[in-house]
Amino acid sequence: MNTRTFLQKIWPSVPILLAALVITLLLLIVSDNSPLVTYEALWTGSFGSADRTLSTLAFWVPLLLCSTGLLVTFTAGLWNIGVEGQMVMGAIGASWIALRLSAANPAIPGWIIIPVELLTAMGLGALWAALAAVLKIRGGVHEIFGGVALNSLAIIFTNYLISGPWQPPEGGSFRGTQPFPQQALLPLLDPSRFSPLSLGLALLALLAVVLTLRGTHWGLRLKALGKNLRGAFILGVSSEREAILAMMFCGALAGLAGSVRVLSWFDSLRQSISGGIGFLAILIVLLAGMRPLWSLFIALVFSALLNGGTIVQLRTQLHSSLSGIIQGTLVLFVLLFGDFDRLFGPNQPQSEVMEVADE
Amino acid sequence: MKGRRIFGLFLVLMVAGLALAACQSATPPEEGSGDTTGDSGGGEEFVFGMILVGPKNDRGWSQAHFEGGQYVEANIPNSRMIVFEKLNPADQPEATVEGVVDDMVSQGATMIILTSDEFEEDTVGAAEKHPDVTFIMASGDDAWADGQNAGVAPANVGNVMGRMEYMKALAGCAAALKSETGSIAYLGPLINFETRRLASSVYQGAKYCWENYRGNDAADLTFTVTWIGFWFNIPGVTLDPTEVTNQFFDSGADVVISGIDTSEAIVVTGQRAAAGESVWAVPYDYEGACDEAPDVCLGVPFFNWGPAYVGITNQVIDGSWKQSFDWNGPNWANLTDKDTTAVGWVDGPALTGDAHDNLHDYMDKLASGDANPWRGPINLQDGSEYVADGQDATDPQIWYVPQLLEGMTGPSQ
Repeated sequence: MNTRTFLQKIWPSVPILLAALVITLLLLIVSDNSPLVTYEALWTGSFGSADRTLSTLAFWVPLLLCSTGLLVTFTAGLWNIGVEGQMVMGAIGASWIALRLSAANPAIPGWIIIPVELLTAMGLGALWAALAAVLKIRGGVHEIFGGVALNSLAIIFTNYLISGPWQPPEGGSFRGTQPFPQQALLPLLDPSRFSPLSLGLALLALLAVVLTLRGTHWGLRLKALGKNLRGAFILGVSSEREAILAMMFCGALAGLAGSVRVLSWFDSLRQSISGGIGFLAILIVLLAGMRPLWSLFIALVFSALLNGGTIVQLRTQLHSSLSGIIQGTLVLFVLLFGDFDRLFGPNQPQSEVMEVADE
Repeated sequence: MKGRRIFGLFLVLMVAGLALAACQSATPPEEGSGDTTGDSGGGEEFVFGMILVGPKNDRGWSQAHFEGGQYVEANIPNSRMIVFEKLNPADQPEATVEGVVDDMVSQGATMIILTSDEFEEDTVGAAEKHPDVTFIMASGDDAWADGQNAGVAPANVGNVMGRMEYMKALAGCAAALKSETGSIAYLGPLINFETRRLASSVYQGAKYCWENYRGNDAADLTFTVTWIGFWFNIPGVTLDPTEVTNQFFDSGADVVISGIDTSEAIVVTGQRAAAGESVWAVPYDYEGACDEAPDVCLGVPFFNWGPAYVGITNQVIDGSWKQSFDWNGPNWANLTDKDTTAVGWVDGPALTGDAHDNLHDYMDKLASGDANPWRGPINLQDGSEYVADGQDATDPQIWYVPQLLEGMTGPSQ
C-alpha cells in the first residue's frame, strides 16, 4: 500500500480525532482548567494503575461485543438501534438462570451454570433482534423504530422484574435484584471487575466476524445486501433470511454483552443495565468506518475516556460531562466529515454490486 | 496492511499528544487548577468525599447534600470536599461505587459520605476494602443496632438521616388546612420503607389538622397516593409526574404534595392556578422550591445536612468517631436555622390567615409533644392495628412501616 492510499484510508479519522482534541482543549482553556492536569487525570483514570487498567478493560468488553455484532448488521445495511434492548434482554436471561436455577441449586458448579447463563443471554438477545427484523420484514416497520420500541420494552421489563417478582427479600428499592450466588458469576481477575473469559469471548467473536465477512459465502451475501438490496435480490440473495440472521447474530452478541454486565461488572440485575453502551457501540462502528480492527481500538479509547472521566471529575471537579462533550464532538465531526457512502450502499452505482458479486 | 493501519492510528495519537504538549508548554501554569496537594497553610488538610446520585444542582436531594458538604468546608478549617455527581447506571454506566471510592481514597479522602439508598449494599464492600476510611451512609440503616440490618455494616460505616416525618406531617397539615374539596394527593416516587414512612407521615398530619382545626370527620378526607416509579421522571420508564399531577386535579384533588426529587407538582399547580383554578402544592427537598410558583406554594419541607456533617467530621478528625445511627430531629425553635436544624420547614406565600396560624399551632404542639404524627391509634391499610391507642410508635416501627395507613388510597407494595 503506498502513502497515498494509506492517507485515503485513514481519512477522515485524522481530522475527526484532532478536531475533538482541539475543541476539548479550547473548552478547558475557556473554562479556566489546565488541560495538562485534565489530560493527565484522564490518563491516570484509564491506565494509570493496575486497578484502573483492569476497569477500562472490563468496560471495554461489552462495548467490543456490541460493536462486533453491529459490524454484521451494518454490513447488511441494517441500523440495529435495538442493540441496547438486546443487551438488556441478555442481562435478563443471564439473571434468570442465576436467580432461578443457580440460587435454587447451589450444588451446580460454575462451569455448568456459566455456559447456560451465557447461552440463555445470547438466545434472548437474538430473539429480541429477530423481533425487530420480523417487524421490519413482515410489518414494514423500519428497524430503527422497531428497535427503539423494543429498547423501551426491555427496560420496562427490567424495571418490572426488579420491583416485582425479582425484588430482594427486604423489599423493592428499585435498585436491583439481590446479588447472584458466587458460582453464578464470571471468574474475575481479583480485585477488579474484569473477567478475562469475557474478553476472550469478545475477541473470539470479533475474529469470527472478520473471517465470516471476509471469507464466507454468507459474508458476501450480507455485503451484497448492504450494498444494494434490489441488486442482491436479483442476484438471488434472499434478503429476508439474511436480514433476520444478521440481526440475530448481532442480538446474540449484544445479549452476551448484557450478561457480562450483570455477571461481572455488577453482581445482580440492575436498573438501566445497558446505560447507553449499545448506542455508544453504534458510534464506535460508524467512527471506525466499519473496519473491525479500528472498532476494536476505538472501543478501547472510549472505555478509557469514560473511565478516565471519573478521575477527571474527582481531581479537577470539572463537570462530569467532559467525556460526554468529547464524545459529542466526535459525533458531530463524524457527521460533518464522515464517509457515509460506505454505509449507505444503495446510492452507489450498480457496477459495484457486480464487483462484490464477482469477488 | 492491517499492521500499517494500527501503526497509523498510533501515529495519529502520538501527533495529537505532541500537539497537546506543545500547546501546554506555551501556556503558563495556572494557579488553583486542580492542585490536589496544596494545603492552605498550617494544619493538615482533611479531605472528604461526597458521592451524589443526582447532579449537585438538582434543586433537591443531591443539592441539599452538596450544600451540607460546603457547610463543612466553611466551618472546619483545612477541610476540602471532593464531589462525584450523578453516580447512577443511567447517567454513568462506567462508574461504580467501589471505583469512585477507590479514586477518592487515592485522592486522600479519609471520610466518604454516600448519599443514596442505592449505594448502601456497595458501601459495605467498599468499607471492608478500606477499613481506615470512615463511611457515612445517608438514609441507610445498616449501622443501626435496632434495625433490621443490624450487624451488616463494618465498624467504619455510620448512618445519618433527618427526621423528615415531622416536616412531612406539617406538609400534610398545611394541605388539610387549605383544601376545599377535602381531597389531597401525594405524588410518590417508588415504594420502599422510606417512602411509605413519609407518605404515611403526610397523611397523619393531614388527618390531625382536618379533624382538629377544620372540625371535620376523617372519613371525609380523601388521600390518594400515586407512585411514579422512581425519584424523578424517566420517560418511558416512570409515570410522567406532570401527567399524574394533572390527573390528580382532574379527579377532584385541590392540593398536591410532592414526594419526588423534581418540581413537576408545583409547576403544574402553578399552571392550573393561572388558568383560574383554586389549587395548591407542597414541593419537597429544596428550601427554594416555592420559587417555581410562589402563589400556590403552601410551604416546603427540606433537609439540612450541614450541622450533622460538621459534627461527624469533627469526630472523625479528633478520632472520637464511633459507628452510630443518627436520626436527627428538627430545631423546633427555629425550623430555618441552617446551623442547628437537621430538617426544616419554610412557610409558602400561599399559606395565609387561619391556615398559617393553625399550622404554627400544630408546629408548637409537635415541638412540645402534645401532638405526634406517630401516636396511636394507628391502623395499617389492611385494617390491622399497628400502634395501640395513646402509645407512641418506636423508632423501628416508624422506620419500617410495612404498609400505608388506614384511610390512604394507593398501593402499599
